[in-house]
Parts: sequence; structure tokens; C-alpha cells
Amino acid sequence: MAQETMSGAKIVLKALVDQGVDVIFGYPGGAVLPIYDELFQQNQIKHVLVRHEQAAVHAAEGYARSTGKVGVVLVTSGPGATNAVTGLTDALMDSIPVVCLTGQVPTHLIGNDAFQEADTTGITRQCTKHNYLVKKSDDLARTMHEAFYVATTGRPGPVVIDLPKDILMLPAPYNATAKVKHKSYKPQVKGDLKKIEEAVKLLANARKPIIYGGGGIINSGPGASQLLTNFARTTGFPVTLTLMGLGAYPASDQQFLGMLGMHGTYEANMAMHDCDVMLCVGARFDDRVTGLLSAFAPNSKKIHIDIDPSSINKNVAVDLPIIGDVAHVLEDMLKIWKSTQAKSDARALEVWWKQINDWRKVNCLAFEQGSEIIKPQYAIRRLYELTRGRETYITTEVGQHQMWAAQHFGFDKPNQWMTSGGLGTMGYGFPSAIGVQMAHPDALVVDISGEASFMMNMQELSTAVQYRLPVKVFILNNMYMGMVRQWQELLHGSRYSESYSEALPDFVKLAESFGAVGIRVQKPDELDGAIKDMMAVDRPVLMDILVDQKENCYPMIPSGKPHNQMLLGPVAAGTEAIADEGKVLV
Amino acid sequence: MQMSTEIQCHTISVLVDNESGVLARVIGLFSGRGYNIESLTVSEVDPREKLSRITLVTSGTEMVIEQIKAQLSRLVPIHTVRDLTVEGPHVSRELALIKVAGIGEKRVEALRIADIFRANVVDSTNESFVFEIVGKTDKLDAFIKLMEPLGLIDVARTGVAAIARGSEGL
Ligand SMILES: Cc1cc2nc3c(=O)[nH]c(=O)nc-3n(C[C@H](O)[C@H](O)[C@H](O)COP(=O)(O)OP(=O)(O)OC[C@H]3O[C@@H](n4cnc5c(N)ncnc54)[C@H](O)[C@@H]3O)c2cc1C
Ligand SMILES: Cc1ncc(C[n+]2csc(CCOP(=O)(O)OP(=O)(O)O)c2C)c(N)n1
Ligand SMILES: [Mg+2]
Repeated sequence: MAQETMSGAKIVLKALVDQGVDVIFGYPGGAVLPIYDELFQQNQIKHVLVRHEQAAVHAAEGYARSTGKVGVVLVTSGPGATNAVTGLTDALMDSIPVVCLTGQVPTHLIGNDAFQEADTTGITRQCTKHNYLVKKSDDLARTMHEAFYVATTGRPGPVVIDLPKDILMLPAPYNATAKVKHKSYKPQVKGDLKKIEEAVKLLANARKPIIYGGGGIINSGPGASQLLTNFARTTGFPVTLTLMGLGAYPASDQQFLGMLGMHGTYEANMAMHDCDVMLCVGARFDDRVTGLLSAFAPNSKKIHIDIDPSSINKNVAVDLPIIGDVAHVLEDMLKIWKSTQAKSDARALEVWWKQINDWRKVNCLAFEQGSEIIKPQYAIRRLYELTRGRETYITTEVGQHQMWAAQHFGFDKPNQWMTSGGLGTMGYGFPSAIGVQMAHPDALVVDISGEASFMMNMQELSTAVQYRLPVKVFILNNMYMGMVRQWQELLHGSRYSESYSEALPDFVKLAESFGAVGIRVQKPDELDGAIKDMMAVDRPVLMDILVDQKENCYPMIPSGKPHNQMLLGPVAAGTEAIADEGKVLV
Repeated sequence: MQMSTEIQCHTISVLVDNESGVLARVIGLFSGRGYNIESLTVSEVDPREKLSRITLVTSGTEMVIEQIKAQLSRLVPIHTVRDLTVEGPHVSRELALIKVAGIGEKRVEALRIADIFRANVVDSTNESFVFEIVGKTDKLDAFIKLMEPLGLIDVARTGVAAIARGSEGL
């Protein structure tokens, strides 16, 4: 093995290059200046200078989610590191592989309340998959490679490496090996074949089966989506996906029932409630998905494929857990289905599909578009239709617009939908779009946004302009924190405490002041033209779309209610949609 | 599927890399997720491989205990997690140092009870003893309770160390 000696900062960059990193998102400061100096003297790694460290992490998440690679972040000590915390927590909740390098005061000053010192490993211990403080130069190269290994294998997640400044300056050996073998950390990818055989039997005998897929399919790679599609086609079973799973199964397919859960479709939730065998693939029975736990799919046998044993039996006790990677397990499942000549119960399935198609007829996502005011759903439908011919990536912020995007934009492929699901971080979408655009320079990248969320990271307009990233921000401007307002209507007698978006900027002028393009749309018949203009511009565009301020997001399972008690539209004033037990839930 | 909702007490052995921050990871996991820690002990057991062994006593429903084990296994520097309570017979011991002050009858009675419990006197003055007692948690609890009316001053306990019976290692 070749052993060269070089400065810590050089080792950091060399390890990044050896890991195949081509872009990093960061912001400089005293503690990381040696790394910035090395960056200056090379051209293999491109650095994107964000305008706030939180945005650096979200950009890395967008890059990671849209490519399947690791997103890399570089920030300074103290405030640089603490600013990154929200992004790290977001990546942890949504299982996104990120490696975040943080500067630290020199080792001899650690613990002295030195200038810009923060206990970064202490602060980030609970919001990373793992973190390291490099105290010895000799550990640096190994730690760098190990961090990538931990971030990407098993259930992916964010990893922090805290780098004291003296370690960055001192010379140390560099081991060229990028392959890591870890003593204690060994995730299991192959599923237990006996259990997979059992699962095949259960599924073949199912009369009302459903496949409930999640973000784990996307984590597993595009092959997993393909295998899921094959399995669904082979069996003829209906498929529903979580918010995080969208794109793992083609939305335009007949067997797709749409998203499930709180703002999922009527047909998906009714089918979940009534199913007799559930195949959960890389999803984690989140509370947005299950509704009232005691009434969740009450008459079903549940099979759960997940790479993380802690996801099994966390919220819902399952009958048949299969620990392993989605692609590995589905491949074996398909093989066994074929080799045992398993057949789905065609007669039962016909009845089941008839029932599902009856639920579909409720047409739960319908809305009425008049000629005066733009409905937010309509704006997303038009965006979807008009962008179908292009390679399009969608990111979102958090709120009603996010749910409408999930309901009305169809994803036929994985990795094209980036949203903050677990943490629900307003301000995620725009920097995330910047990360996506860095990875896919020629694609159309659109952040579907709300006016309130956009203001949480709008400083990144400057980044987009600097790097000529033609990201589009599609603001559904309802002048409200709509999601908050909707809950205040349901829970708090429509007392709109602090949920009105007062003192909004003129978004068109705002865009122009940054050197981006601003477009305002007020009427339904202007929308198509504006979307086409937006797509034609090869620069960042801020679209300010004035939409119906009172529109709410339906269908909705009110908190504390089971799947079969969805609200399909507004409830009459004075009716209690949510009981007291539900009111304490978020 | 239904799982039992009864609260059970479990003794869990964990083998970890002896590096800085490991204990904080384990404790942070318990406080962050709201699990109980009834007892936690840790010490290096393999200096060559730099491994420490943590013995944890915790309580919860079957689902919670399963979660605790899965969450522990997820921590990167953790090598092995074993639930001694479900894996068969095991021995568990705890050591306590107990200071009792008193004179006359009470002093004699304390000594007499210590003898029954096989507690050793490891320090003595004219008006006090320090007893050392080793045993299961409930034995220590019982001894301490009996010492209360006899002038109990101070208790220091190590927490539980436990190991499986038989020839198999962790
Ligand atoms: C305002 C708002 C509303 C929401 N409403 C809804 C809603 O109506 N419906 C909805 O579905 N969500 C909704 N969400 C999102 C929700 O909070 C959760 O983020 C989401 O449901 C979790 O998705 P998931 O179960 O697919 O799990 P993820 O968070 O994507 O987790 C993936 C799971 O797969 C496992 N895994 C990872 N990699 C692999 C692999 N290679 N092989 C096998 N397993 C793997 C992981 O261990 C984990 O258990 C909402 C969020 C917000 C902010
Ligand atoms: C950082 C952060 N703070 C607060 C919230 C709570 N929250 C959820 S949705 C929402 C309102 C979002 O408003 P807007 O971006 O205008 O979207 P809309 O719901 O109107 O589409 C708020 C405040 C959050 N999710 N994230
Ligand atoms: Mg809004």
C-alpha cells in the first residue's frame, strides 16, 4: 500500500477525490481555512459557496437524493457547525447520505471556550448517524474513508467529521485505500430466504393484498424500483407509496393508487384499511401514514422489508419481518415467486380491484378551477403537464403546496422528487434544488414553494445567480402559512394566530435585485404562458403565483382518526373534525 | 400481530469500542427516546482490543425492549448487544458500600444483620462501620432497608454486572 505524507488539509481533499466527490457545498471560516487554501490550488473538486450553512446541507441532500451519491458539506467551527444542525437533522430523519466536515479549534484549545468553539460532536451526536472528532493526525485518512462508508451503507444518514485546525496543518500519512472494513458496523443486506419463502406463501394466498412502499426503495437504488415494478406486475397487486417513496413506482401506472396517509388518496387509505396482507417495502409506519394506530389495517397480516432492525415493530407490530436491502430481498422474492410457481388468487383480486376502482370513483383529488382565481392544485397540474417532455426534478418546501405537489405531480422514476418528509423543514426546497441542479446541469429543476417557506432560505438566490444555476422557484403564494391556517380552522376555531404572511416582499423585484428573473401570475389563463416563459429562461426564475388564499388541502385524515374516516372536503362549521385525543397530536 | 403490553425488566450486555463519546451515545439514546435506565455499569474488559462492556438494566414493554436493543445495535461503535434476560440463565451481581453510624444496641444489631447477609466490615470507627456487600440487587435493597433504622448514613452502589451461565462468551 502506498503511503504518502502530506498536510491534514491535503489528506482531506485527497480522500474526497478518492471517494469520487466532484462537488462540495460550503462556507469558509478561520478553522477551515487550510482546506479552503487547498481547494484554491486544485481543480478536481468544485466548491459551491452557499449563503448560509443550513443551505449547504440541504443542497448536499438534494445532490444526494437526485444522484444516489453522498452529498458533501464543508463548514467552519462554532456558528458554521451550529448553523448546519437543522440540515443534519433533516438528513437523519429522511435517511440521506451526507458527509459534513466541520472545522474545530486546535486540539490544545478544545474545552477552553476558545474563539468560535462549539462542542460539535456533542451537539450533533443525536442528529447524525455517527460523528467523529479527529484528535490524532494518524487517524485522519482512515476516518475520512470510514465516514463515507458509514454514511452510504445500511440505512444511509449524515456523518460529521470534526477537524481541529492543527490536524489540518500537521503532516500525516495518507493511506490510499478507499475500501473500509469496520470492526463493529456490518449492516445486513441479504434477507433470510426462509422468511422470504413464507412471505411468498402469504402473498399468494392474499385476497386483498397491498404493497406499501417507502423511501427505502429510493435509498436502495433505481434497481429496487425496477424490481418493485416487476413484482407488482407479476402479482397484479395494487401499490401505494409514502411521501418519501414517490417515484419508486410509476405514478402513471394503473396499479398505482397514489400516496397514502394523512393527505393521501381515498383509494390508497381505504385499501390499506381493508387489506388482508400488507407488504411494506422500505417504509417505516410513520404516524402521518398510519393514522390511529389501534385501527391501522386491523385485519391484515403484515410483512415488513427494512434494512434497519429498529424500524421493525417500532410503531406497528408486524407478523413477518425481513431484514435486508430492498433490492436484494425483492430479487429473491421474485425468484422464489417464480421457482415455486406461485400464483395470485385471480378471482379474489378481481373482486378487490373492483372495490378499489369504486373507491377511485370518489375522485378525491378533484377541484374546480374557475376563470378568476388560480387554484394551487391547478397550477401544479399545469406545471406537471407542461414539463412532461423534459427531464424534470421537483423539490418542495413544507406546507400545503408540498402536499398538493405530492398529490398532483406524477413521478414515474425515482430520484426526481426531493422533499423534507420526516423533519418537515421549511426552507429545504430551494437550497435542495441548487444541489440537484449542480448534479444535473441540463435538467429542469423546480422548487414548488410557499411564500412563507421561501423566505426561510431565500438568500440562496445569490448562490443560484453566482453559479448560473437555472433553478426555478414556483411559489404558490396564498399569503398565508396555509398549512398552519388549515389546522387553526380544524382545531382552533379559525383564530388565525400569526399565520398571515404580512409584509411580503415584491417577489418580482426581489428576484431582479439578485439578478434573477421574476414573473408574477394572477389569472388562470396567464399560467401556461408563464410556465413556458419560465422554462425557456436559462437563468434562475422566481415565479410568484397568486393562488386562492382560502383553499385547503384534502383529502385529510384528521389526527387521531383511522384511515377509513378521511375528510374529503371542508367540514361544516361547528362540527368537531378532531376529537380531544387527536388535538394533542401534531 | 399483538405484542405483550406488560412492563418487564431486562438485563442487557453490550460490547463497545472503548473510545471517547461511546457512553454519551448510549445515555443520549436512552434520554432522547425516553427509555428507562435502572442501572448502567461500564468498564474496559479487553485492553488489547480496547473493548468495554456495558451492563444495562432497563424496563419496558416487549416492543420497547426490542426497540432498545435495535437502537443500541445501530450505534456504530457497538459490537454486540445481548439480552441476558431472554437468552437463558445468567448471574448478576452488584457491590455496595454502606456507611452506618450508631452506638450501643443499634451497633450490635447492625453487625449481626451484616453477618447474616455476609457483608464485610471494610472500615470501622467507634461509632461507625462501612459494610461491603455483594449480591443481587434485591439482596442489597433488603440489607439497606434493614440498616435504615440502625443509623444508615451513606450508600454507594456499583450497579449491576451480569454474565451468562455456561461456557459461551458474549
Ligand atoms: C406537512 C407534511 C405532511 C405529511 N403527510 C404525509 C402523508 O400524507 N403521507 C405520507 O406518506 N407521508 C407524509 N409526510 C411524510 C412523513 O412525515 C414521513 O416522512 C414519511 O411518511 C416517511 O416515509 P417512509 O415511511 O417511506 O420512510 P423513510 O423516512 O423514507 O424511511 C425509509 C425506511 O426504509 C428503510 N431503508 C432505508 N434504506 C433501505 C434499504 N436500502 N433497504 C431496505 N430498507 C431501507 C429505513 O430503515 C426506513 O425504515 C408528511 C410530511 C409533512 C412535512
Ligand atoms: C422551520 C419550520 N418552522 C415551522 C414549521 C411549521 N409549519 C409547517 S407548514 C408552515 C407554513 C408554511 O407556509 P407556506 O410556505 O406559505 O406554505 P403553504 O402551507 O401556505 O403552502 C409552518 C409554519 C416548519 N414546518 N418548519
Ligand atoms: Mg403560503
